[in-house]
Amino acid sequence: MSIAASETVQQASGTMSLAWLLFALPAFGALVLLLGGRRTNSWGHILGVLTVVAAFAVGLVLFFTSLGAPPDQRTLNLHLFDWIDVGSLQVEFGMRLDPLSMVFVLLITGVGALIHIYSIGYMDDDRDRRRFFGYLNLFVFSMLILVLGNSFITLYLGWEGVGLASYLLIGWYSDRRSAATASKKAFLMNRVGDVGLAIAIFLLWANLGSTQYTEVFARAGQLSPGTATAIALLLLLGACGKSGQFPLQAWLPDAMEGPTPVSALIHAATMVTAGVYLVARSNPIFDLTETGRLVVTLIGAFTLLLGCIVGCAYDDIKKVLAYSTVSQIGYMMLGVGLGPFGYALGIIHLLAHGFFKAGLFLGAGSIMHAMNDEVDMRKFGGLWRKLPITFVTFGLGYLALIGFPFLSGYYTKDAIIEAAFGAGGWRGWVFGLAGAIGAALTAFYMTRLMLMTFFGKSRWKELRSADDREFHPHEAKPVMWVPMVLLAIGSLGAGAFFVLGDRVVNYLSPTLGRLSTAESHPIPELLITIGTLVLAAIGVLVAWLIFGRAKDIPAQRPENVSGIVRAARKDLYGNALNEALIARPGIWLDRFLVWLDNKGVDGLVNGTAALFGGSSGRLRRLQTGFVRSYALSMLAGGVILIGALLMVRYA
Amino acid sequence: MTTPASLPDIDYAGVAPVLIILGAACIGVLLEAFVPRSQRWAVQVVLSLLAIVVAAIALGAYLYTGPQNTSTFAGSIALDRPALFLWGTLLALGLGSILLIADRVVEPGGAFVAQAGIRPGTMLDKEQANRSSMQTEVFPLALFSLAGMMIFCSANDLLSMFVALEVLSLPLYLMCGLARRRRLLSQEAAVKYFLLGAFASAFFLYGVALLYGYANSVKLADIANAAGGTNRSDALLFLGMGLLLIGLLFKGSVGPFHTWTPDVYQGAPTPMTAFMGACTKVAAFGAILRVLMVAFGSTHWEWQTIMWVVAGISMLLGAILGITQTDVKRMIAYSSVAHAGFLLVGVLALDGSGIRATLFYLISYGFTTIAAFGVVSLVRDGTGESTSLSSWAGLGKRSPLLAGIFTFLLLALAGIPLTSGFVSKFVVFAAGMSAGITPLVVLGLIASTIAAFFYLRVIVLMYFSEPAADGPTVTLPGMYTTAAITLGTLVTLLLGVYPSFMLDWAGTGGFVV
Repeated sequence: MSIAASETVQQASGTMSLAWLLFALPAFGALVLLLGGRRTNSWGHILGVLTVVAAFAVGLVLFFTSLGAPPDQRTLNLHLFDWIDVGSLQVEFGMRLDPLSMVFVLLITGVGALIHIYSIGYMDDDRDRRRFFGYLNLFVFSMLILVLGNSFITLYLGWEGVGLASYLLIGWYSDRRSAATASKKAFLMNRVGDVGLAIAIFLLWANLGSTQYTEVFARAGQLSPGTATAIALLLLLGACGKSGQFPLQAWLPDAMEGPTPVSALIHAATMVTAGVYLVARSNPIFDLTETGRLVVTLIGAFTLLLGCIVGCAYDDIKKVLAYSTVSQIGYMMLGVGLGPFGYALGIIHLLAHGFFKAGLFLGAGSIMHAMNDEVDMRKFGGLWRKLPITFVTFGLGYLALIGFPFLSGYYTKDAIIEAAFGAGGWRGWVFGLAGAIGAALTAFYMTRLMLMTFFGKSRWKELRSADDREFHPHEAKPVMWVPMVLLAIGSLGAGAFFVLGDRVVNYLSPTLGRLSTAESHPIPELLITIGTLVLAAIGVLVAWLIFGRAKDIPAQRPENVSGIVRAARKDLYGNALNEALIARPGIWLDRFLVWLDNKGVDGLVNGTAALFGGSSGRLRRLQTGFVRSYALSMLAGGVILIGALLMVRYA
Repeated sequence: MTTPASLPDIDYAGVAPVLIILGAACIGVLLEAFVPRSQRWAVQVVLSLLAIVVAAIALGAYLYTGPQNTSTFAGSIALDRPALFLWGTLLALGLGSILLIADRVVEPGGAFVAQAGIRPGTMLDKEQANRSSMQTEVFPLALFSLAGMMIFCSANDLLSMFVALEVLSLPLYLMCGLARRRRLLSQEAAVKYFLLGAFASAFFLYGVALLYGYANSVKLADIANAAGGTNRSDALLFLGMGLLLIGLLFKGSVGPFHTWTPDVYQGAPTPMTAFMGACTKVAAFGAILRVLMVAFGSTHWEWQTIMWVVAGISMLLGAILGITQTDVKRMIAYSSVAHAGFLLVGVLALDGSGIRATLFYLISYGFTTIAAFGVVSLVRDGTGESTSLSSWAGLGKRSPLLAGIFTFLLLALAGIPLTSGFVSKFVVFAAGMSAGITPLVVLGLIASTIAAFFYLRVIVLMYFSEPAADGPTVTLPGMYTTAAITLGTLVTLLLGVYPSFMLDWAGTGGFVV
């Protein structure tokens, strides 16, 4: 059943052997910028941009070379060096150049280059701009390692690298306490996912003796069904951590504490989609396990609804966009969870989303730039006159996201909803309806965002920003709006370009297998498309009825709201859940162990001493010494150890 | 009937590295008596470094002749591959430690007390703190201890092992108490270490006695043979093994026998903490590996589950207790308890890949530790080293290079790829996985995730916090400390990027029986 198992992998040669330049360039940039110190302050940002633009150029050359080759020769392996080469332990450091990694390379370096350029303007007044570009380059480098590596180990290397870069960048504004907390949270929740990924890698290692993609995928059939499911679920845990999927979604909205270009590049377009990449990349493993795929779709469907619902309640423009990202990645997960019916669809939606969501975030950055870094939409309003370019580019991103006919999202999201309906039985109905309802909710919260920001009364005129300045919105410099315009063109046409004529589906087929289509749908396909559009239109209409009809939006958040709004404002208790499941028991365990370490053993000694001595004076004197309690704990440990040894022997 | 005692054959070429270090230590003692005080430091430093280099050359020359796995001193000292690898490791780490000990720039006069006999807290004591000399006996003591460690991890019978244990421990107890500053804390650490060490030695010795009673021999191989076919009670065997292990686990600071570690790491002079953290760990785990595989390998079905539990406890204790520490040295101490648990995973694989993984882990962890303590010794305020974590806030802004190096070392301890820490965790867990101890590997991954949190906290502190106004300064290191930190950091990077050659060396052979 696995089509990829019969793939042929050839050694890269000629132009393709230049692929190492892809990550060498940003690595060089990061090294120079981070080690170069203040000397590089004046030209550091230029170098940062150039390395990524050059990497994009290399990516384009490689892409067209690969396009020129026949489909069965598009999967190439480029050996770089043997990392660990000892007996049975073989870890090669190499690159896998295949359609899947190529499209990611173009997305990362393409969108990455635009965001780098935008950052020149956005970070203009930051005195540490050089370091910022160093971290951005570090991120691009790690992300390219992640998608270009030819084994799960290199993937893990990139996986940790992007985690580190994202963590450094979320905490960028180190004078804000919330930024430090957010970066810590992101790191910790990602680590929970990383444990899953690491265990999955070790399971592959133990069962197949290799982590190389070619080896693993060729022999995935040898895994017992139980092991395959376990590996799939553990990989999914890793994916959930990185991609902000339930139950590890709570870090992503908090990650918006970072500078906006970071939110656009890392927390919308590229890094957070690494989970989708992981599932798509491991498709031969997921093909083996029905249960594994079902769990992926369930998580995707649940997360997409959760993201939509919470997105409706926030007033912080970046958090709304963040929950929108959570929800859109839910769509992608739903797509790749459908297996051969949806791997390619998930990836296509990921690519299109990369464009329009990055555009939306850059737009949000432009608004913040104009509004003294204000993010509360209740203080915006009527901005379309003041920020015409931002309004148009943002508007196109908005239309693409809600699936307006013939824009990006219309093609890519609709395809996933259709495929979901085709899953058959109860699944088709559940996943399909989840996707369709999600479309309506997406239209609602995004329309709300548009209305509150660009239309209505200019509420900012009567308000002052947190640092007590008046608002004087103005359009940003060309270095900022040109990337926005380019991304807007992407939101306009990328979907049609990808989907019409099955361009991307065909291109990806050597990696992801041929896209299957469902035999029958419970409702006709045309009806699904129309139904989704009608639902989205209802969403827009309801939002307009509530927020648009010349009604005044209070600048203060109303507190007297219904239960569901209260729940949504609390992230549907996502934080509370994580707290209860992971943080709280951890703290208790820690307290208990500290108590045991300091007080428990001590108390035992003192208590015993008091019992024998019977005098409080002696008790006080005993309290000054710790050595005996240490010795006692050693003795206790020893007695238990020996007791256990003898018990095992004689039991 | 008695057999006439005959001198056993001695492979002098093989044991030359140990003899050189021991000889140099003896000469060092003589120098203390005859060289004028003003020149002692220079002479001792040259002698110690020279001894280590010559010993390393002797080891290299011996290896060049392509020796077989043999033993010498009538089978008491093993000259097998793991032993020789551990000797090399100990010499390399010893070199780094001696460099840290020798530094007199960071703390004028060195980290060691000028005159150990002065009572702490008196006027004389305040005066000695500013004197630019140090108790140079530290150098021969360190060499004695180093030689003891080398014998400890190559001893093939329990009595030699016990003697080596004392040779390595007694100088350590003494040197722990020789800090120039905060002398009460230092002396308290020394007394604690001594008392608990003596306690652990007693366990060890009692274990040896019981095992002798069981096997009628103290040779590891004879114990293994006896376990195969004897009608004596197994209670003797397992009781003896348990007691013996307590002594060994204590030295390796494996939880729950770790209680001394944080106090002693904190109180001891930092170069000594580095020496203990790196070299003692190597010696202890070298011995644990040998004892478990050679003497008790044949009965592993009976005890391995229990050791899994011990390893698990150690990982979790170290990782969880590390979170609440507020002192850098204590934090690294708890981290070393967690690392001891990870090391045990490699040991408990009980096969060739386990040996290789453990040996690799020891050398990479040792170098990272030395460099880390080197960095710790540079962050100072008016009263000496400033090890309280709160005073490390904003270090990234004051001294970007130092903070960068420390970040790298912390990432290595956390096991992030492209550092030696990742490769060592990977090989250890891979060995555990293929030996079928999956639950322990999973636990190890979880524990290393928890531990990553407290390394991260330090990074957060250094980069994302504002420096305190009256915070510590970063002293510019002298040549020796710079060399030690550079050495440790470079090896950490090298073994992370290109580990194959070291894994090759570590995996060339098993233990001689």
